[in-house]
Amino acid sequence: MSENEATPVGKVAPEDRRIGVYICHCGGNISDYVDVEAVREALADEPGVVVSTTELFACSDGTQHDMIDAIKEKQLDGLVVASCSPKLHQVTFRNVAARAGMNPYTYSQVNVREQGSWAHQHDKAGATEKVIGLVRSSVAKTRLSDALEPLRFDTVPRALVVGAGIAGLRAAIGLAEIGLEAVVVEKAPEVGGWVGRHGETFPSNAAGRDQIASLNEQIKQRRDITVYTNAELTGKSGTFGNYSAEITLHRDGGDKTLTVDVGSIIVATGFDSYAPDDGEFGYGIEGVVTLPQFKELVDASEAGKLIYNGRPVRSVGYVYCVGSRQEAGGNEYCSKFCCTAAIHASVLVNKLDPSVRQFHLYRDVRAYGRNELLYNETRDAGSVFLKFADDAPPTVAKLPSGGLGLTITDLLTDSREVTIPVDLVVLVTGMVPRQNKSLVDLLKLPLGTDGFFNEIHPKLRPVETVVDGVMIAGCCQSPRTAGESVAAGLAAVAQSAALLKKGYAELEPLVARIDPEKCTGSGDCLTACPYDSITSIEWDGRQIASVDPATCKGCGGCIPVCGADAIDLLGYTDAQMRAAIEEMFEASVPVKEPVA
Amino acid sequence: MSPAIHPDTNSPRILVFSTINISDPGIDLAGSRHLEYPATVQTMPVPCSSGLKPAWLIHALEKGFDGVFVASDGEECAYLPDCAERTSRIIAEAQAIMAARGISPERLKMAAVCSVCAEPFANYMREFSEKLKQVRAASSVA
Repeated sequence: MSENEATPVGKVAPEDRRIGVYICHCGGNISDYVDVEAVREALADEPGVVVSTTELFACSDGTQHDMIDAIKEKQLDGLVVASCSPKLHQVTFRNVAARAGMNPYTYSQVNVREQGSWAHQHDKAGATEKVIGLVRSSVAKTRLSDALEPLRFDTVPRALVVGAGIAGLRAAIGLAEIGLEAVVVEKAPEVGGWVGRHGETFPSNAAGRDQIASLNEQIKQRRDITVYTNAELTGKSGTFGNYSAEITLHRDGGDKTLTVDVGSIIVATGFDSYAPDDGEFGYGIEGVVTLPQFKELVDASEAGKLIYNGRPVRSVGYVYCVGSRQEAGGNEYCSKFCCTAAIHASVLVNKLDPSVRQFHLYRDVRAYGRNELLYNETRDAGSVFLKFADDAPPTVAKLPSGGLGLTITDLLTDSREVTIPVDLVVLVTGMVPRQNKSLVDLLKLPLGTDGFFNEIHPKLRPVETVVDGVMIAGCCQSPRTAGESVAAGLAAVAQSAALLKKGYAELEPLVARIDPEKCTGSGDCLTACPYDSITSIEWDGRQIASVDPATCKGCGGCIPVCGADAIDLLGYTDAQMRAAIEEMFEASVPVKEPVA
Repeated sequence: MSPAIHPDTNSPRILVFSTINISDPGIDLAGSRHLEYPATVQTMPVPCSSGLKPAWLIHALEKGFDGVFVASDGEECAYLPDCAERTSRIIAEAQAIMAARGISPERLKMAAVCSVCAEPFANYMREFSEKLKQVRAASSVA
């Protein structure tokens, strides 16, 4: 801000702000490696700083109360806590600010533990100087901070589930049990997905179709779950908490459209099975089948009779990792479920007819956790495992004698090449992302490089997407077992409840803002936003850009594309960033501490 | 325990822009695992590396930082599928301005730092710091 620029009415000049700075010892985690007293002193005389103090544990209940008292007594209008990572306590101290009647968005946390003391344990002087810079920088941003209000709005206690496979159906029941209505939309004429077509499945040996029937029965008993089959989600408007979903029902007499208000959307659209190319591991030759085709065959067989095309099958060869762990450009991922699924199928074959000989040609057996027991079971029953190298996959060919021949260089027997004659070859095919472009476009679902939907964070926010209120669960997210899909579905239920059970929701106000005076209406930012949050509006007789704070994700991607420099991200405005950079550098406080 | 690092008063000042969701957890992890890197490295969190203005990167260099490092989300960005390309464009634009102002483009670096990239981050910082010393030596000779 230039000196002759007037301070807006009602807004305190940066140097007249009343900021409290708290530097945490973290019981020694910080103060053993950073001279916190030097930090306190360095900050005490900074413009706008009214309180500069150190605390043994800033997060302790007693200190939080002291902070609240100080905020009230000294009428603070900004708060900076230098402590651990904001991941741990940003919410804690925002709440402290709110409880003291201070705007929570004038609080900022400085990470001086993970990114300070712990990273520089042998350089106390350097760490102290660094931390002074970090805190000054944060104070500079706080001086220029605005009192922001989260967008608060009422939410609808109902969720939409897209996909009625095992994950979607179980999620629907979970939603109803937690007190949220569920509306399920399924493209197919029947519910149940892949699992609903299966006989015995691992790990419980219960038939997939029985598990689906049981879920379906529970759903029929409930009035708070509605299931539409032959139906698709074809439209979505509104924002999270208040989405308006347009569902198209494909009926004999033509399509029918209905609209449902929902607070959240759980996408559980599942996967497609990898379809091998013609000739890939002999695919196309009679007797070469994929894993789902084989499972269907086994499920339909009676005891003692494993029959393929009218002929009894006396031997089976499995080729693992078909369509998975391919070279760059292919499906580079491991599909994770297929080792166990193939092993489980071989256990079933052994139960049908123990005299069938079974050969498993594998790269690595990834039957993890309790699935290891199935691996042991099939080996104990006589299954033979042969390992091939990543760069030397086996080949499948028709033998002159009439059967099929599997040729492998077996790493476990002196790398000898062997040809195994078998009646049936099972290509252990993995999962591929289901093509669903219209849904991706409609919900703005983020796709990973592998083509599956992307969560915000695989561990910390595993079912949320960047689109607020839209969650992903099951194999649409990544290959996994049915049990893992159900767990993800229930995680999405819990997340929906966290969003919708309060009856209202709040959105972070840290969104993009356009200065109408500066905006030249070039339209460059409109295409920069994949969330369609920026629209062109008429203002003062000309077209300018405008941001919808309810759909803006706060990424700032529109900011550098504006040639007129007219966009600011609240919390990271141009003035704040420049001041923060300058103050970070200016930490030239002489620290003469002996090196620890 | 790693050996004591003697504070180097000439150690280059590095400003790291890191992303809150992806890179920051990786940098946090470097600290949690006590993987030491020069204390002259300071970090500023931003939501997404695609939101950085080239002018900010240059402002940092002109104010005195020896180097600016953009820890981007790369392919993991939850906001923008083309985040890596966008950030690369921002870097390229900044380097073009730097070249015009006689600032060595080597003083600006970008790399994807994921949420568990603790070791890569610490290594990047040590390497970048060494590189900047060379850049400084070369420019003082020139």
